[in-house]
Amino acid sequence: MRENILEVKDLKAYYKILKGDVKAVDGVTFNIKRGEILGVAGESGCGKSTLASTFITRKPPLQHISGEVNLLGEDIMQMKEKKFKKMRLKDISIIPQYALDAFSPTKKIRTFIADLVREHGISPDKKFFAKVEERLDMVNLDPSVLNRFSIELSGGMKQRVIMVISSILDPAFIIADEITSALDVSSQRFVATLLAKLRDEEIIGSAMFITHDLSILYQIADRIMVMYAGRIAEIGPTDEIVNNPKHPYTKALISSLPQVGVQYKDKKLSGIEGTPPHLLNIGDGCRFRFRCPYAEEVCTNTPVREKVAAGHYTACHRWRELGSDNND
Amino acid sequence: MTKQREESILSVEGLTKVFKSGIINPETTIAVKNVSFEMKPGTILSLVGESGSGKSTIGKMILKLLQPSGGKILYRGQDIVEIKKKGELKDYYTKVQGIFQDPFASFNPLYKVDRAFDMIFDSYLDKSNKEEKIREALENVNLNPNRTLGKFPHQLSGGQLQRLLIARALLLDVDILVADELISMLDASTRIGVLNLLVDICKKNGMSVLFITHDLSLGYYISDYTLIMYKGRLVERGDTKKIYDNPVHPYTKMLFTAVPDIGEKWDRDEEFLPEQVIDEVKEFYKNHRGEGFKEVEDNHNVLFSDI
Amino acid sequence: MLLENFWKNHENLYYVVKNKKVMIGISIVVFMFLLAVIGPMLTSYDYDEFVSNGFQAPSADHWFGTTFMGKDVFTRVTLGLRTSLLVGLIAGVISTFVGCIIGFLAGYYGGVIDEILMAMTNIFIVIPSLALLIIISAYLPGDRGILIMSLIISVTAWPWTARAVRSQTLAIRSQDYVNLSRISSISVLQIIKEDIAANMLSYVFMVFILQFKGAILAAVGLEFLGLGPTQGISLGLVLQNALNWNAIQLGIWWWAILPGLILTIFVTALYFINTGLDEVFNPRLREM
Repeated sequence: MRENILEVKDLKAYYKILKGDVKAVDGVTFNIKRGEILGVAGESGCGKSTLASTFITRKPPLQHISGEVNLLGEDIMQMKEKKFKKMRLKDISIIPQYALDAFSPTKKIRTFIADLVREHGISPDKKFFAKVEERLDMVNLDPSVLNRFSIELSGGMKQRVIMVISSILDPAFIIADEITSALDVSSQRFVATLLAKLRDEEIIGSAMFITHDLSILYQIADRIMVMYAGRIAEIGPTDEIVNNPKHPYTKALISSLPQVGVQYKDKKLSGIEGTPPHLLNIGDGCRFRFRCPYAEEVCTNTPVREKVAAGHYTACHRWRELGSDNND
Repeated sequence: MTKQREESILSVEGLTKVFKSGIINPETTIAVKNVSFEMKPGTILSLVGESGSGKSTIGKMILKLLQPSGGKILYRGQDIVEIKKKGELKDYYTKVQGIFQDPFASFNPLYKVDRAFDMIFDSYLDKSNKEEKIREALENVNLNPNRTLGKFPHQLSGGQLQRLLIARALLLDVDILVADELISMLDASTRIGVLNLLVDICKKNGMSVLFITHDLSLGYYISDYTLIMYKGRLVERGDTKKIYDNPVHPYTKMLFTAVPDIGEKWDRDEEFLPEQVIDEVKEFYKNHRGEGFKEVEDNHNVLFSDI
Repeated sequence: MLLENFWKNHENLYYVVKNKKVMIGISIVVFMFLLAVIGPMLTSYDYDEFVSNGFQAPSADHWFGTTFMGKDVFTRVTLGLRTSLLVGLIAGVISTFVGCIIGFLAGYYGGVIDEILMAMTNIFIVIPSLALLIIISAYLPGDRGILIMSLIISVTAWPWTARAVRSQTLAIRSQDYVNLSRISSISVLQIIKEDIAANMLSYVFMVFILQFKGAILAAVGLEFLGLGPTQGISLGLVLQNALNWNAIQLGIWWWAILPGLILTIFVTALYFINTGLDEVFNPRLREM
């Protein structure tokens, strides 16, 4: 039985602003085992990127309200900044959402990398760059890339450089936040597969792959966690989530995914009407009830996490009676 | 209102766009090279390509936001590239309109969304019963006029804003709508609603849509015809299903393999490199030197060598 | 409760008021303007009057002391401040206005128009402004009044505004709402007014403050060199007098330091306002 690298227990993090509290992450519980890729899916504003920010840095107005985040047994929410800084890159690493924009246009890639790792207490010496070149080769980049400027590289190539650096110390846990969203289709497949490859070769222990693109998660994630309005709607093994979803939101998401080969005249896809609720000072109750075709009186109470099967959980009052429907 | 004509409503012939920068040492970029295709009334045409393929540039040229460097764009037989007079341009815009990628960037943040409608009434439409006409158009795109009119763009969602722009095109009763990545900034669940709406309108009003996108699966879902763009060239063109069943150009083949699909899992053992396709295309052009743009089957053409 | 609601509806204003830099800057600027307007009236002296013995340190009768010859420094400084402020203000307005027009046209039309306008702009930027100012001022026939001085200064000040406005125009022009206006057949003038300029107001305001600052320094510089308004007193002239009379070496420090201090504080206040406004308009720079 593989051990849990990450254990999140009832985590709450809000943005405290002038007008009140934006309850962006509101009671999230899940685990990630060693060797596992957990896909985190959801619409914009569901809290998935806030989740990543909560783990790494909580810049005001984002505040940790309650709950634990145990990384390799220690609660990083309570950890002092100095101690946590030592864990960065070695135990926990993040590929942030706008990493591609972080490249300085006036620095060579080599300089950019050297500056970056110095910040994390690593000395960019010969030995270090030898390892970097080894890894660059793994992602099919020529070492000459180090002497180029970022403007000479394509988006896909830059993303590969970022992934090499983020995983250079073989972190136990890596957070990949929308690493494929800004890329072309051809690079998307390579980058997503690369994440799985890094895990296969045990360069990274486990990963949390955040993206709005469920189709990509289907391809490489072991388990998928679907978030909605700051809470987990459903979490479970990938095939279960895609072929046997229990939460109405998951069902609607799956049925809105196009398949190559299926046209409008063959089978019309259905989307979801409306928009996610504003999380500012939001009250109790299921947050999906305003858009859910199955909402009833009981849904004004906050649903709790219920077990569907091994490793498969959902938070919906009516999941049992609604049964399962595939792409209905 | 149906428009039953056999001939094309839009015909693009040898369209080219070259960008020059700098005076001392001018650098030229060929954004679009020698692209030809036709649009029939009441059909949806997907213009698929990755970034830098030139697809958006084609859209902008059709909307006369950019001047082509060469070639013709014939709307109902008239070359619109030659249009200089303001009156003629206005007439063109009552028949051809566009919707762009970022719904929030499509509205001036300082004004209410109503301004988008006010502008077209001031320029093109008869103002009698203006309010009624706007309401009707909004209802046709499944928007509640009371919840959308009088609001500022930041008070509405991306999906609502895009629907507003579709309503705007409906008011003008356009023949051709150039939709430049109109759903790429919307959430997956919202996209489908907007896309389905587009198809419904197309079928009902006989409006043609040039759907510019990088998303092959969405392009496949709604279009009758597909155009595949690669580095400014049109590499494959034809009936959507035929291209899917029988892709010929190596770039098209790569696109179909790379797209993540919940119907099929990627072959993990297969080595997939984005750089590979560059060599494959070069090889392909070499092997078919001199063949140019040829028909492979009825309604399916492929670029066999660079022209 | 009412105040809370007001702030919620005018969020931007709230951040302006909450920003310490802006509020301190504005307070100082307002104080200076008041000083210029009311200051001279607070003393019964005239700026050119010999009111007392020279060499007098600041006292109850003469808040800023007297000059070598016995004129009241406070009256001279506050009256001089009036002139310098006016010149700076008018020059700032003119140069911002001209720079905006040129910047908008160059940015919107691009192509040949852009190249011609930018060539013109670049020529003016390259010429050392102080040298140009000195030459024009020195060779201008007749009296130099406040308006003429402002015009002269704006000649060298507008290019920077033009460049800044041009780059912002370019950025906004590529926004899709401008494209939408174009395919709605809106006139170019209307597009520049409603779509481009309207979205640049905060930026233009900040550029104006920078221009005002530059203009004041240029004005005082010219005055110091004896090229200021031919009539009356100005801040730079006071400084020039003090220097000519070796004020510091002779121990009449108040004559040189006090006007210099006023100028420095004023310019610093303008700089504060600009930095503070940058934080207000650019939410990412804000700390909550």
